[in-house]
Amino acid sequence: MYQIVQKEQFSEKVVKLVVHAPRIARSRKPGHFIILRIDEQGERIPLTIAQADKGAGTISLVVQKVGISSTRLCEMNPGDQILDLVGPLGKATHIHKVGTVLACGGGVGIAPLLPIVEGFKKAGNRVVTVLAARSKDLIILEKEIRQWSDEVIIMTDDGSYGNKGLVTTGAEQVIQREQVDECIAIGPAVMMKFTALLTQKYNIPTQASLNAIMVDGTGMCGACRASVGGETKFTCIDGPEFNAHQIDFDELILRLGGYKNEEKEAWERVIG
Amino acid sequence: MEEYLKIEREKEWRVELRTKLKNKERTTIERVQMPGLDPIERIQYQDREVNLGLDEASAITEASRCMDCVNPTCIEGCPVSINIPKFIKNIERGEMHEAAKTLKETSALPAVCGRVCPQEKQCEAQCFYTLKLKKEPVAIGYLERFAADFEQNSGSISVPETAEKNNIKVAAIGSGPASLSFAGDMAKLGYDVTVFEALHEVGGVLKYGIPEFRLPNRVVDVELASLEKMGVKFERNFIVGRTASFDDLKEEGFHAFFVASGAGLPRFMNIPGENFNGILSSNEYLTRVNLMNAAKSEFDTPVLRGKNIAVIGGGNTAMDSVRTAKRLGAERAMIVYRRSREEMPARVEEVLHAEEEGIEFLNLNNPIEYFADENGRVNRMRLQKMELGEPDASGRRRPVVVEGSEYDIPVDVVVVAIGVSPNPLVPSELPELKVSRWGTIEVDPETMQSSIPDLFAGGDIVRGGATVILAMGDGRKAAAGMHQYLQTKQNNLVSEPSAIKNAD
Ligand SMILES: Cc1cc2nc3c(=O)[nH]c(=O)nc-3n(C[C@H](O)[C@H](O)[C@H](O)COP(=O)(O)OP(=O)(O)OC[C@H]3O[C@@H](n4cnc5c(N)ncnc54)[C@H](O)[C@@H]3O)c2cc1C
Ligand code: FES
Repeated sequence: MYQIVQKEQFSEKVVKLVVHAPRIARSRKPGHFIILRIDEQGERIPLTIAQADKGAGTISLVVQKVGISSTRLCEMNPGDQILDLVGPLGKATHIHKVGTVLACGGGVGIAPLLPIVEGFKKAGNRVVTVLAARSKDLIILEKEIRQWSDEVIIMTDDGSYGNKGLVTTGAEQVIQREQVDECIAIGPAVMMKFTALLTQKYNIPTQASLNAIMVDGTGMCGACRASVGGETKFTCIDGPEFNAHQIDFDELILRLGGYKNEEKEAWERVIG
Repeated sequence: MEEYLKIEREKEWRVELRTKLKNKERTTIERVQMPGLDPIERIQYQDREVNLGLDEASAITEASRCMDCVNPTCIEGCPVSINIPKFIKNIERGEMHEAAKTLKETSALPAVCGRVCPQEKQCEAQCFYTLKLKKEPVAIGYLERFAADFEQNSGSISVPETAEKNNIKVAAIGSGPASLSFAGDMAKLGYDVTVFEALHEVGGVLKYGIPEFRLPNRVVDVELASLEKMGVKFERNFIVGRTASFDDLKEEGFHAFFVASGAGLPRFMNIPGENFNGILSSNEYLTRVNLMNAAKSEFDTPVLRGKNIAVIGGGNTAMDSVRTAKRLGAERAMIVYRRSREEMPARVEEVLHAEEEGIEFLNLNNPIEYFADENGRVNRMRLQKMELGEPDASGRRRPVVVEGSEYDIPVDVVVVAIGVSPNPLVPSELPELKVSRWGTIEVDPETMQSSIPDLFAGGDIVRGGATVILAMGDGRKAAAGMHQYLQTKQNNLVSEPSAIKNAD
């Protein structure tokens, strides 16, 4: 059992949970994720580790209500126990000194971006971060991101905070103004797709972190497969980060809808 | 070995039993039929076991068909050399607990093996009836299951005696049959054994792969409970190499490791359209249903259902998937296999059961492309007919394409069951570990020791996709090998005795 020790409501649909998992707190690296199952009935849900505190033996997870299981998870409170939690999974981000790194985060994708931004900053890079979301209340972890960024540009669809526009607008400003050596993009698949198209135009090496559907997270099922450079890869063991210019985002977007009908039926069952 | 078999065979009760019936009478008895659920009824349920097991009277009758041969060739067919005549003769004389005990002399999981071993290729293929009389073999598999179930159901399961605890910690990685048999043997020798499992449930393929209608979870749970009674510890949600490294575990006092991480990585065919929605591996399909209970409405995990479900492959995994599809309501549940029925690697019984359940067999067919609707959901597959040519390296006739034979059929779910590759998680964490071209761990076949002296391995991670019984046999060999290794190491360290015992 893994106890929730702290909870922070970021917005109506997004919460941060701090969970007691000392071994994982010790062994995780930026880019790693975990899989948890709330209770016997629950699904196995993959979540990226946003932060970890070795001393306290905790990891932070940022969860958005999307399906039944994530909604149930968002409704849990400090003191509650999560039945199963395993990790760290996936390959760690390749963090190195390159010069200037452009980090683009969209919506809850800002959470997995945080440890990567921190990593690149600590490795001695200049880090410019573009955070984007639909509206002000969906921009999360801004303070923490600022701590590890030389500059933060905020973009909202409705202009309620920062500049009005998409992540690509902010990113392109940076690219046109200064030399960018590497880009990392995490967020909704469409956002990563357009970021990748942009950086490809400027020939900037770019990594994107894929949020594929998963079951086991250990390479056993292939639910998480994605086409990268014309080859089928398993996101959970070969990724989750891949060369964004080689990812078939259109296929990813279709695959993310693979269980839409089944999910809907389950919802109707729960809501009645 | 031969000496032991002879002594056992000459025991008074065995000699007496042989005289009770003439061999001629024995050979005129018809082979027993396994009672089973009616096919129409059973496909309504995902979780009802098809085979019901023999009752005591028919087990005794079947046991009396066995002639207690001087030269029991059946034992040569058994990968772990169970003393087959001894357990069968115990059934014949009504000593069911003795029969179960005989099985346990060499097999860690008889109730499991009685259900899932390919007996028709092993012991029963070497039975005197098959070899010499050209008659149906003694139903060794049914009898094995009978004796093991008898013990399980009697409530008085003998927990094997364990030697005095030696407080030497050893780790088993993975919790499939290889690990479970390893753990049992090491616990008997007094070791402090911890089994680490990545998933939230212990049992490996026995739990997440093989369906309830063929191997009920309770059968596996009884074995797990008896290991726990012997002091074996289970750590779930723990990926060795990730959650903690091998070095971390060594620091925590583990002296040696047995890697039995299985052949978990599903293969795909890499044909156009294979990543459309609705096309998934048998591992994903079976895991959703068996491990995550996706077929039950009170569980959150979804599973794809459809009218026309095609399963690609001809092994046990393919049969389990297609029969699951039928149970989840498919109108047309099909096997698409590129060779013919004769070459199918699945157990014969599974193929028979599938046929009874109305599974369609598109043998000598191979998929070459998939098509999808505007949402990316598969709706059609293109097949190509095959014919059998010359035998290949495996001795099976090689399938060759019939040119110009392509045709399309409608499908809404496709399950790919064409095999698995070794799980790369452990080897990728240990660059110095010697692995083969295929990614299997290389070991000494006698001791199961790998290129890293304190690391042993067995089961599918060594053999590629194999069988439960071979995995189990490996676990036992590895236990003997590791025990030998640790003892030698300890003897060499007598001058500094603290080195091995008190490292934690
Ligand atoms: C659907 C299906 C049906 C089958 N039917 C039959 C049959 O009828 N008869 C038969 O004889 N054989 C059958 N087989 C094959 C048989 O199940 C396998 O050969 C056998 O289970 C292999 O055992 P194992 O102990 O090597 O590994 P597995 O049973 O595969 O167990 C390995 C376990 O290790 C865990 N693991 C992996 N890496 C790590 C790590 N780093 N840390 C912790 N845990 C880890 C995995 O999660 C898994 O649970 C079938 C297989 C399948 C998939
Ligand atoms: S989640 Fe199952 S293989 Fe990646």
